[in-house]
Amino acid sequence: MSHPAHQQINRDLIRPLLQTSWRFYVLVVLPTALVLAGLISWFSQMFFGFGISGIRWPVFWGFYVTNFVFWIGISHAGTLISAILRLVNAGWRRPVTRCAEVITVFALMIGAMFPIIHLGRPWLAFWLFPYPSERLIWPNFRSPLVWDFFAINTYLTGSVLFLFLPMIPDFAVVRDRATGPRRRIYSVLALGWRGTPRQWHRLETAMQIMAIAIIPVAVSVHTIVSFDFSMAPVPMWQTTIFGPYFVAGAIFSGIAALLLAMAALRRFLHLEAYLHPVHFQNLGKLLLVMALLWGYFVFNERLVTYYGNEPAEMAVFWRTQRESFAPLYWTMVICNFVLPLVLMGIRRFRTITGCIIASLGVVLGMWLERYLIIVPALGHKYLPNSFGTYSPQPVEIIITAATFAAMILLYALFAKVVPIISMWELKAGEHVSPDLIPPATEEHPLGELHL
Amino acid sequence: MTASDSARGTAVYGLYASGQSAQEAVNRLRATGLADRDITILSAQPMEDFEFGHIDKRNWLWWIACGGGLLGMASAFGLTWITEMSWPINVGGLPIYAWWPNLIIIFELTMLGAILATVIGLVVTAGLGRSRGIYDPEVTDGNILVGVENPAADKFEELQKALESPAGARVKRLPTSGQDRR
Repeated sequence: MSHPAHQQINRDLIRPLLQTSWRFYVLVVLPTALVLAGLISWFSQMFFGFGISGIRWPVFWGFYVTNFVFWIGISHAGTLISAILRLVNAGWRRPVTRCAEVITVFALMIGAMFPIIHLGRPWLAFWLFPYPSERLIWPNFRSPLVWDFFAINTYLTGSVLFLFLPMIPDFAVVRDRATGPRRRIYSVLALGWRGTPRQWHRLETAMQIMAIAIIPVAVSVHTIVSFDFSMAPVPMWQTTIFGPYFVAGAIFSGIAALLLAMAALRRFLHLEAYLHPVHFQNLGKLLLVMALLWGYFVFNERLVTYYGNEPAEMAVFWRTQRESFAPLYWTMVICNFVLPLVLMGIRRFRTITGCIIASLGVVLGMWLERYLIIVPALGHKYLPNSFGTYSPQPVEIIITAATFAAMILLYALFAKVVPIISMWELKAGEHVSPDLIPPATEEHPLGELHL
Repeated sequence: MTASDSARGTAVYGLYASGQSAQEAVNRLRATGLADRDITILSAQPMEDFEFGHIDKRNWLWWIACGGGLLGMASAFGLTWITEMSWPINVGGLPIYAWWPNLIIIFELTMLGAILATVIGLVVTAGLGRSRGIYDPEVTDGNILVGVENPAADKFEELQKALESPAGARVKRLPTSGQDRR
C-alpha cells in the first residue's frame, strides 16, 4: 500500500520524462531551426566582420547589449523570487519554485553569451577574464565590466546549485522508476539519496542558507549591470537611481517570464492539477506591484531630469518623449504600466489569459526599456561629433530572435529530463499535520515514548 | 550494538503508509533498547510534523557557510591587493588600492565562498555520494521505512515483532546487499 497522492504526483510529473508526444518534437524542431539560424548569423558576423551589423560610431551598444541587460533581468525571475518565497515559507510556492529557478539558469547563460557575441573576435574572450597576464593586460578591478564578470559568475554558480540541490530527492524518485541507461544516469544524479531525517535536515538547512545568500547576490548582479551605464559620462545614464531601477525592472520582467513559462507548462505538460489559477493570480498581484514600482521609478527619473534641464540630457529626454524614439517609448509605457495595471488591477481580468497577455506586454516593454536606455543616449552625447543613429541589421535581429528560441528549447529539453515541479516539496505540502508530537523527556530528548 | 554480536549484512524493516504508524514503530524499537542512531528511517519528504523527523537535526551548516564566506572574503582581498599592488595602474585619480570598487569583488567572492561551502558541507554531512544502508524503492511512493541494519542475531524476532505492531505495517527481513537498489 502506498500514499495515493504521492503516487499520483509521481505519475503526473515523471510522465513527461518517460513518454514523448509529437508536441514535444514540434516544440523542439522549430526553436532548434531558429537557434541554428542564429548561429549561422553569428558565424557570418565573425567571418565578414562587424560591418554587417548596425553597430558603428557612435552607437556601439545596440541590440547585443540590450539583449544582455534584458536576459540578465529575466534571470531574476527564478532564484530571487524562489528564494523570497522559500524564506517567507509561502505554501503556494511549491509548484512554482523550480519553474522559476530554471529560467534563471538559462537566462543567465543566454545573457552571458552577449558580451562574447559582441566581441569581434570571440575566441579572444579570455582576454577579458580577470587574471594577471603576461601580455601586460591585467585586470582592472575598478572597471564595472570586471564587476560584471564576478557578479554574473557568482550568481550563475549560486543559481545552478540552488536549482540542483532540491532536485536530488526527485532524481532519486526517477531513479527508482527508470530502467537501463537512464537509471544509471539518474542514480549518479541522485548522489545516493535515501531520504533519512539527517539528509532532509541538511538539505533544508542548505536551501535556507542558499536562499539567504542568493538574494543579495541577485540584487547585486543587476545593480552592477546598471553600473555599466551609470558609471559612464553619458546623458541620462549617470544617475544614482539606476541601481534600484534596474533591480525593480529585472524582477518585473522576471515575474512576467515566469508567468509565461508556467502557462506553457500547464498547457503542454497538462499540469492543470498542480499549477492552479490561484498561482497565476498571486504572481499577477506581484506583477501589478512591480508595474507600480516601475512607474514610480520612471516618473522619478524623468522628473529629476526635467527639472535639472541640462541641455545634453534634455536632448535625449525629448528624443524619447516626443521625437524619433517616442513611438517606442510610449509603447513601452503602455506595455509596462497601463496593460498590467488594467489587467492585473481588475480582479475580473486577473485570469490565466489575462496574466499571459499582461506578461507578453511586460516582456516586450522591458526589452524596449533596455533599448531606450542604451540607443537614444549613445546616439546623442555631449558633443555634435558623437551624434548619430543606429538601425539594427538582419544579423542582429536573427540573433535576438534566436535567443528567445534558445530559451524555449532549453526549457523544453530541461522539462524532458527533470521533473519540472519539485515532487518532494509538493508531497510535503500534501502532508497533513497531526497532533502527534510527543513531548520531550530526559530519557528521550526527542520525544516521549508512546506505546 | 557492536559488530561482533550483530548479523552483518542483514536488516529488518517495516514500511508504513502514515507518519503515525512510523512514529509508533520508532517508539517500539526504542522500547527494545535501541538508540536513535541504530534506527534507520527513510521517507519521501521531510517529516517535521513527527518527532522522528527531528532526529539528528542539529548540524554545522550555518558555521560551515560562515567559514566559506570568510575564506571567500580573504581570497578576494588577497586577489585585489596582490594584483593591484603588483601591477599598479592609475585610474582617474583613484588610489592604487581603492576600497569602494574592491568591495564589490570582496562581496561577490564572500557570497560565492558561503554558497560553495554550504554545498560542500551538505554533501559531506548528509553523506551524499556514499551509497550505503538499507533502501526500498517503495519509499518514493510515499511509504515510510523504519528499520534496523545489522541487528544482533538474537534480537531479530523482537525487532520484527516491534515493527509489525503498528496498523498497516509490512515488514521485510532481507539481506542488505540484495535490497540495496540504489
